[in-house]
Amino acid sequence: MSSASLKPAAIPLQDPGPTPREHAAVAAAITACRDLPGALLPLLHAVQDALGYVPSASLPMIAHALNLSRAEVHGVLSFYHHFRTSPPGRHVLKLCRAESCQAMGSVALEALAKQRLGIDYHATSASGGTTLEPVYCLGNCALSPALLVDDELMGRVTPQRLLALLDALESGS
Amino acid sequence: MTVTVYVPADSAAVSVGADAVAARIALLAQQRGKAIRLVRNGSRALFWLEPLVEVATPAGRIAYGPVDATQVDSLFDADFLGGGAHSLRLGLTDEIPFLKQQERLTYCRIGLIDPLDLDDYAAHGGWQGLQRALALSPAQVVQEVHDSGLRGRGGAAFPAGIKWKTCADTVAAQKYIVCNADEGDSGTYADRLLLEGDPYSLIEGMLIAGLAVGATEGYIYIRSEYPRAFRVFNEAIARAGSAGYLGDNVAGSGRRFGLQARLGAGAYICGEETALLESLQGRRGQVRVKPPLPAHQGLYGQPTVVNNVVTLGSVPLILARGAAFYRDYGLGRSRGTIALQLAGNVRCGGLVEKAFGLSLRELLHDFAGGTASGRPIRAVQVGGPLGAYLPQDVLDTAIDYEAIAAVGGMLGHGGVVVFDDTVDMAAQARFAMEFCAAESCGKCTPCRLGSTRGVEVIDRIRTGVDPVRNEALLRDLCATLLDGSLCALGGMAPFPVLSALDNYPEDFGLAR
Repeated sequence: MSSASLKPAAIPLQDPGPTPREHAAVAAAITACRDLPGALLPLLHAVQDALGYVPSASLPMIAHALNLSRAEVHGVLSFYHHFRTSPPGRHVLKLCRAESCQAMGSVALEALAKQRLGIDYHATSASGGTTLEPVYCLGNCALSPALLVDDELMGRVTPQRLLALLDALESGS
Repeated sequence: MTVTVYVPADSAAVSVGADAVAARIALLAQQRGKAIRLVRNGSRALFWLEPLVEVATPAGRIAYGPVDATQVDSLFDADFLGGGAHSLRLGLTDEIPFLKQQERLTYCRIGLIDPLDLDDYAAHGGWQGLQRALALSPAQVVQEVHDSGLRGRGGAAFPAGIKWKTCADTVAAQKYIVCNADEGDSGTYADRLLLEGDPYSLIEGMLIAGLAVGATEGYIYIRSEYPRAFRVFNEAIARAGSAGYLGDNVAGSGRRFGLQARLGAGAYICGEETALLESLQGRRGQVRVKPPLPAHQGLYGQPTVVNNVVTLGSVPLILARGAAFYRDYGLGRSRGTIALQLAGNVRCGGLVEKAFGLSLRELLHDFAGGTASGRPIRAVQVGGPLGAYLPQDVLDTAIDYEAIAAVGGMLGHGGVVVFDDTVDMAAQARFAMEFCAAESCGKCTPCRLGSTRGVEVIDRIRTGVDPVRNEALLRDLCATLLDGSLCALGGMAPFPVLSALDNYPEDFGLAR
């Protein structure tokens, strides 16, 4: 596990709890998923699909619904790279770091993205436009280098195409 | 006359603009009063030609590619609907050498059909394996898979028939079939292609497995990095269910099989079968100690067959054509065909399904056509991020599980990633350790801590800090990982590191 994915989901002593919007999304996910076998992953996906993240403050709700301890839910939430506990930017950009993309120049693309956005991985640009994440293989290895922007895959990414994409993401279009 | 035009909807094709091409074709056909039927097929997996547009003509399907949306007007001007001449015209798709030289068995329908069209599937040989399986006893089905020589295509190459028999012989009220579609290896996309391009073949394979071992529930675990595959496969499950192939009465047989797709969450380790089972149960994807084998105590402690997508996708054909048909391909203990995936710095990247026995050199020269950069090949990583980096001088090795292992490599899931002579192998070795650190489940200390220490030791060697002693330390660390890890992640992460060190010491500043 990378240190960044071990973000503590600490709950402050004066816990305000989830916001009404968070509460509604989590409650809906609980209703939809609680009867599934092995419900926790589908439930966390449903929450993140609705909100873009899984609020730490909703852990007690989820734990209670599934008859788990808060520690168990936190353990699962922090184990998987896909889940985040804070809101992302307007777009999530995942750059492939794996070997096939490296063979086609992805290391330069990583440097370019970090420089243009002024951030490292697991962070959001100052404009709030783009959250940058690493990913290890998108299964597009014959068209390397590849990236995933939100749920859309891009192949044969060149520095020019990446810069154009970053401009679009940052300008909000 | 209505002309059928094919534009792939596969993720890879879409990643280079297939949707825009399809939209432009539909628009221009309407504007110019041409009657077309636009089919969004899977990909033929000739990826350097994507987006690959095909037109059905009386002589066969004619291919044009790679097509950019801005070129669609000129295709219409050249009467591509009639197979007209154009600079992008590639001739008959089936005659493209990359495709013609293959032996596509498991991937026989890929790119040919509309992936979600049940009639198209049935018209191209679909459900024949299921029909035969329903006519046989469960033990006969297991025997057929055993006799075919099929081995697990996920990487471990364990004989599928033995796994099935172990599960079939275990008495339990509930058994499961789990399909491992957590295809995390860099350089591989065979699972994704089948999920998106021929999903019913996988459903059929899982149904047959269920009949064979007495399992009534199935799960498929698809990685979250494949959002489109997850959507397509869920739609396939819904349609197969509506058509009566899933549920309480499979194809009118009175037998039950229920199937659910589950989404992973970005953990490489969940491709390991016991970690996958933990994840399906809603837990952290931490590896279990074996024994007990999943075939004895797997999902929720019940007997479970866990097979890869390609393994299960090969089963319908084995049942339909018989074990001998499949076994007659290949050599030695590697029977049937292997789906090799050309990736990285290759001129012609794509899926090559061939009988075992092709050499790596033939694969890289005859199929891949060398590097995309035009520079010499320096290293080839076979079998994903845990596979060894193989140098030029072993490229004549036959592609066969045992032969690749004999030169220190691993065929794994069949990914072949090519690097040209600009690669820094010390950086690749460092990355292997970094990847292991990022993806370790944390259960075994050598993997959890050793991977981070490995990055540090390699950094010291690369910066010239006491290189000879640090090399010895790195080798010692690798031996600890190899011997002290429960699963393949810690147990094999040293392979790329050691192979880089052995074959390319100059990149570390060490004497050869």
